[in-house]
Amino acid sequence: MVTTADKSAGTRKITIEPVTRVEGHGKVTLLLDDKNKVRQARLHIVEFRGFERFIQGRPYWEVPVMVQRLCGICPVSHHLAAAKAMDWIVGGEKLTPTAEKLRRLMHYGQMFQSHALHFFHLVSPDLLFGFDADPAVRNVIGVAAKFPDLAVQGVMMRKFGQEIIKATAGKKIHGTGAIPGGVNKNLSTQERDFFLKDMEQMLVWARSALKIAKDYTAAHLAELKDFGSFESNHLSLVRADGAMDLYHGVLRAVDSQGKKVLNDVDYQGYFQHIAEEVRDWSYMKFPFMKAIGPEAGWYRVGPLARVNTCDFIDTPEADAALKEFKALTGGKPNNITMAYHWARMIETLHSAEKINALLHDKDLQGTDLVVKGPRREEGVGLIEAPRGTLFHHYRVNKQDQVVMANLIVSTTSNNEPMNRAVQKVAQDYISGKPEITEGLLNRIEVAIRAYDPCLSCATHALGRMPLDVEIVDCEGSVVDRRQRD
Amino acid sequence: MTAASATERELKPVLVIGYGNPGRRDDGLGPELARRLEVAAPEGVTMDADYQLMIEDAADVAGHEVTVFADASVSCPEPFRFRAVEPREDASFSTHSVSPEAVAHLAGKCFGRRPRAFVLEIRGYDFDGFGEGLSPRAEQNLSAAAGFLAGLLRSGDFEAAARGASPAGEPGA
Repeated sequence: MVTTADKSAGTRKITIEPVTRVEGHGKVTLLLDDKNKVRQARLHIVEFRGFERFIQGRPYWEVPVMVQRLCGICPVSHHLAAAKAMDWIVGGEKLTPTAEKLRRLMHYGQMFQSHALHFFHLVSPDLLFGFDADPAVRNVIGVAAKFPDLAVQGVMMRKFGQEIIKATAGKKIHGTGAIPGGVNKNLSTQERDFFLKDMEQMLVWARSALKIAKDYTAAHLAELKDFGSFESNHLSLVRADGAMDLYHGVLRAVDSQGKKVLNDVDYQGYFQHIAEEVRDWSYMKFPFMKAIGPEAGWYRVGPLARVNTCDFIDTPEADAALKEFKALTGGKPNNITMAYHWARMIETLHSAEKINALLHDKDLQGTDLVVKGPRREEGVGLIEAPRGTLFHHYRVNKQDQVVMANLIVSTTSNNEPMNRAVQKVAQDYISGKPEITEGLLNRIEVAIRAYDPCLSCATHALGRMPLDVEIVDCEGSVVDRRQRD
Repeated sequence: MTAASATERELKPVLVIGYGNPGRRDDGLGPELARRLEVAAPEGVTMDADYQLMIEDAADVAGHEVTVFADASVSCPEPFRFRAVEPREDASFSTHSVSPEAVAHLAGKCFGRRPRAFVLEIRGYDFDGFGEGLSPRAEQNLSAAAGFLAGLLRSGDFEAAARGASPAGEPGA
């Protein structure tokens, strides 16, 4: 949906809403000057605030379950990040081998299914049919009609990952698998064998998806290298030895040339290094590295950042893919926004390799599930969620009540990068053109989708999909507004 | 689990998927319905609950003779509405979650089965903010919907109920 408002002298504001194939609601505002050049682009994200206040006063052991209510898209990531923070509260941060491996299995299952959904369901229509294809066919049904095997693969990979989550978390809604200091169940041999029978097929499909993403990027590199791209810092957890680690590690950030600007620090003190800036036009904050400042200290998170920050991957097939990926930019960080998809599929294969290795590990059938130690009043849990680094930080009083909570979700960290991507695409494809075609509109959406943002905070009940469109002139006056139920 | 096993296995009778976020007040009507009927459901009925419908639900739908999607609604007639699902691609494919119509459509496209599918919409009122528990009026509507669905699962007259001709409960509006 596109609306425009002209001012006879000055600027024209174009509002595009909603951003399709992105979870939740987003609104893009392009501020044009009187020559139709893009002066500024803003991605407005309707973010539900208040959860941190909501859990204040609740007992700490409820938090890993409660935080899953934040989002129906990535409840497992919130579940595990909160559990990791509460490990510190109960002095149980050194998990038993069984507990850590169960949590990792849950997490790799989440990563596998989330990446598969994004690639096959949300992105593949753009890659297979092109950005300018008719929207009527540029969707997953179009994929199912023309490439039925791919559509089935996406569904079945997604289902495989969801079944792993169910087996490790206990249930789909309000899973309780991870508890402060450990887990509440192991994986039975029956459950293990259920997954092993399909494991080889999942590996085959993960390899195939990686090849699609890699080949697409290579074939369209001339077009993609500047598409919504810009130099940036990249931040993620890495293992202490520099390996990619999606579950645990130290915080590392590199700049656009690969120089370490956050050098493997303990994330319990993340607040000494990361701050959040508030801007008057957005409900969502803008995180940045304190040492660099808000102007240049913002960073990207997620698959692209993770392959840029890590030195190697500890599974052989994904590591070989990483070497190919890094060779494209001579070992320097890759700043091509559309390379997120290639990086995401490297992680999908890595997750499949990890799941396969874990399923063959007898520790998953162990019975030593929980550890506890000296009680603390503050804990931080970080995890690499599918969309990027997820921060959970809590303080708990002596009565076991949460008195402070702070969350930085992945999409918040990618707030500034998504705005940059929108502005770059808008300047390249819209500036100077008075008409916004479907193709141009979709290019903005394609750039945002590369980050796989999760803007989900709204309820989804049937019939409740309000689309709020407003036109505001250059003086800030709302000159038109339309709502569709 | 593989595509082949998903399509070649014997069909199960009935799947009920209650979906919504129980942490968002009346949005949790669907999962709460599934929870309440889990114990009382007749043999052969698979009860499931999730935050929202996803593409992988198409595989489960394809594996059952009948699927009933249960969800909260902000606009259906009180206390609930029961209607048939016509498989179709729709705008909900533009987000991570998908509609019952889209799930049914995908089940046909990917697994070659046109499922018999229905939606039980339960009227809710409070969807704002975080919080457990249903509003009093939603609670009343849930009781009525649960009684209706329990009777329907015993009678099996899904099409008739969707046409409003079944004695099992309130007709569709």
